[in-house]
Amino acid sequence: MSNIPPYSPLQLHVPEPSRRPGEEADFQDGTLNEAGAVRRPDPVSAPADMRDLAFSLIRVLDDNGSAVGPWNPSLHNETLLRGLRAMLLTRAFDDRMYRAQRQGKTSFYMKCTGEEAIACAQAMALDPKDMCFTTYRQQGILITRGYPLVAMMNQIYSNEQDTLKGRQLPVLYSARDYGYFTLSGNVGTQYCQAVGWAMASAYRHDTRLASTWIGDGSTAVGDFHHALTFAAVYRAPVILNIVNNQWAISSFQGIAGGDATTFAARGIGYGLPSLRVDGNDFLAVYAATQWAVSRARSNLGATVIELYTYRAAGHSTSDDPTKYRAAEGKSGWPLGDPIDRLQRHLQASGALTQKQFEQLSAEVTEEVRAAGAASEAIGTLGKSRPTVESMFDDVFAEPDWRLAQQRKEIGV
Amino acid sequence: MPTMNLVQALNSALSVMLQRDPDVLIFGQDVGFFGGVFRVTDGLQKRYGLTRCFDTPIAEGGIVAAAIGMAAYGLRPVVEIQFADYILPAYDQLVSEAARIRYRSAGQFQVPMVVRSPYGGGIFGGQTHSQSPEAIFAHVSGLKTVIPSTPYDAKGLLISAILSDDPVIFLEPKRLYSGPFDGHHDRPLSSWAHHPASEVPEGFYSIPLGQAKIVRPGSDVTILAYGTMVHVAQAAVRDSGVDAEILDLRSIVPLDLESIVASVRKTGRCVIVHEATLTAGFGAELAALVEEHCFYHLEAPTQRVAGFDVPYPHAFEWDYFVGPQRVVDAMKRVMVP
Repeated sequence: MSNIPPYSPLQLHVPEPSRRPGEEADFQDGTLNEAGAVRRPDPVSAPADMRDLAFSLIRVLDDNGSAVGPWNPSLHNETLLRGLRAMLLTRAFDDRMYRAQRQGKTSFYMKCTGEEAIACAQAMALDPKDMCFTTYRQQGILITRGYPLVAMMNQIYSNEQDTLKGRQLPVLYSARDYGYFTLSGNVGTQYCQAVGWAMASAYRHDTRLASTWIGDGSTAVGDFHHALTFAAVYRAPVILNIVNNQWAISSFQGIAGGDATTFAARGIGYGLPSLRVDGNDFLAVYAATQWAVSRARSNLGATVIELYTYRAAGHSTSDDPTKYRAAEGKSGWPLGDPIDRLQRHLQASGALTQKQFEQLSAEVTEEVRAAGAASEAIGTLGKSRPTVESMFDDVFAEPDWRLAQQRKEIGV
Repeated sequence: MPTMNLVQALNSALSVMLQRDPDVLIFGQDVGFFGGVFRVTDGLQKRYGLTRCFDTPIAEGGIVAAAIGMAAYGLRPVVEIQFADYILPAYDQLVSEAARIRYRSAGQFQVPMVVRSPYGGGIFGGQTHSQSPEAIFAHVSGLKTVIPSTPYDAKGLLISAILSDDPVIFLEPKRLYSGPFDGHHDRPLSSWAHHPASEVPEGFYSIPLGQAKIVRPGSDVTILAYGTMVHVAQAAVRDSGVDAEILDLRSIVPLDLESIVASVRKTGRCVIVHEATLTAGFGAELAALVEEHCFYHLEAPTQRVAGFDVPYPHAFEWDYFVGPQRVVDAMKRVMVP
């Protein structure tokens, strides 16, 4: 006997978020467990023995700011303070460049507000020589690795000192010497390239890893599937991060299939170890990344990490999130702010006083201000730019006759 | 000197480069143990090892993306897309990524990658095993597109493609793999054995990209062709007795404009032949360049002979395939005083 009722006409299902503008934000989520509650398998364990980790949430920092449970990476205070500083610097940088865009100094900007722990903690858990294939919201990697802020700003202003010669939309950085692969702007395309880079590193018996990031929305792109397939097949030394910030511009994560299961669970079908991590918990992000790094460096291959977070700001300077999602989102987000949480932890343990925190905040603000002044002195968008003849360079290793002719056509 | 068909010459090029440079590696669907559906990679895995020549999942976009990552790392991957008809899932990676990585990173990263793919018709392959997609690559800034027509050229050009620091689309006319097919499908097949360009040195040699070859000097009309159409053009000249000069372009990007202009200015007439569909095909670009550079030397309007603007039809292979008669007809049109 079947419990299926008599057939009725078929109906198309289009997922919708539980709340829209004007409604109170709703963060009821069955997968938010207590800090410290998730087990930490030995990194050499078989992926089949840890599928539960794709459906729970690795958290270390509890509501009191204590670091608890098996995933506590037990970092030195010095390391934690470095992480806090990197996150503060990233946020200060974002704030300044967002304002600069609003003041008409550049065309476009993208903030990573609320997601700073992801890029900063992961950059610290990786080796500086590991190659990062990022999305446009991991600027914290460059900042953590000490890439000059002025150089980032010059790129955003497309000015004459822009190392990318004014060719890229603001924030689409490239910094080979800092292990930062040229950012595309097409979402998802870098994901399987990272796998290829990692395969090359393994082919050459190198020690370097690749790490790559994709958004919840972009997991729907075919490149995501290619990357997980290739990573699993060739056991590539790569970390496949999914930043689930719940919003792809105005589309909630259900539009990418997030209602049906977790994004981490995507990895299970490929036989990859898959972790789901509190992305606003610096310690949890660090520990999970360190775990994945140790697997990859031991020739055990790739790990999928879903970093569960919340895009506190708009997608970019070109959209207004209050038009499509509940306005109280940021303050109501139960996993809180990554900077506040690490600050509270450091203060609770006595490693940081309020005064020291204020000093640190002032210091990073000043660092960004000084870099801003230096970059603006070179020039903002349209006030300064690379030489126009450079427009014809780097299409090929050697220019062909067409480009020589076309350059002449504009008289340079 | 050994005699090789096109497949053997390509295999020899790959073997030479695998031996010469440990950074060269090959991957694609069925290229490993089996040696490729057209046997181009036959024996390479056995000879050079599993990691130098291996099979991939059926994911053209993934194959090319992985190759881009490898090339950015510093390797020189040579990937095979089993049929050029299947290259479209990789088009985004080729156009938005491979072609622009040098430019958008201002030279920080480069993509020295070769994408080999059998292309073209004449094999009763239907819509999905017969197409000629060269124009969609020529249109993209930052990609090179190479198309050989003989075993000797194929080896030298493939070696140059692998040595190139830019991404190269290397299209192999699959109708030529076993013989110099001239479009006379109703006549006995000829093999490469009796063709002078089947004499291929065993070792390393290269042919620079961007140099057309005069296959047949002539004075009455210039025929611009590449791939299988070079042989079709030769048959058309034999059939008609017209004293045509046949230029095998060998690569369309980079393009040897100088040789084209010199020939058309000499003959005053031009016929362009390609298998690909007519509209917005590479012939349109060639016709525009001939007009721009040779207008005052032209005795007649340039003619294009190309695939009809329909999908490649299985039952009508020889009605659709550009054969010698259509080239003869085009020559007659330009020869009218």
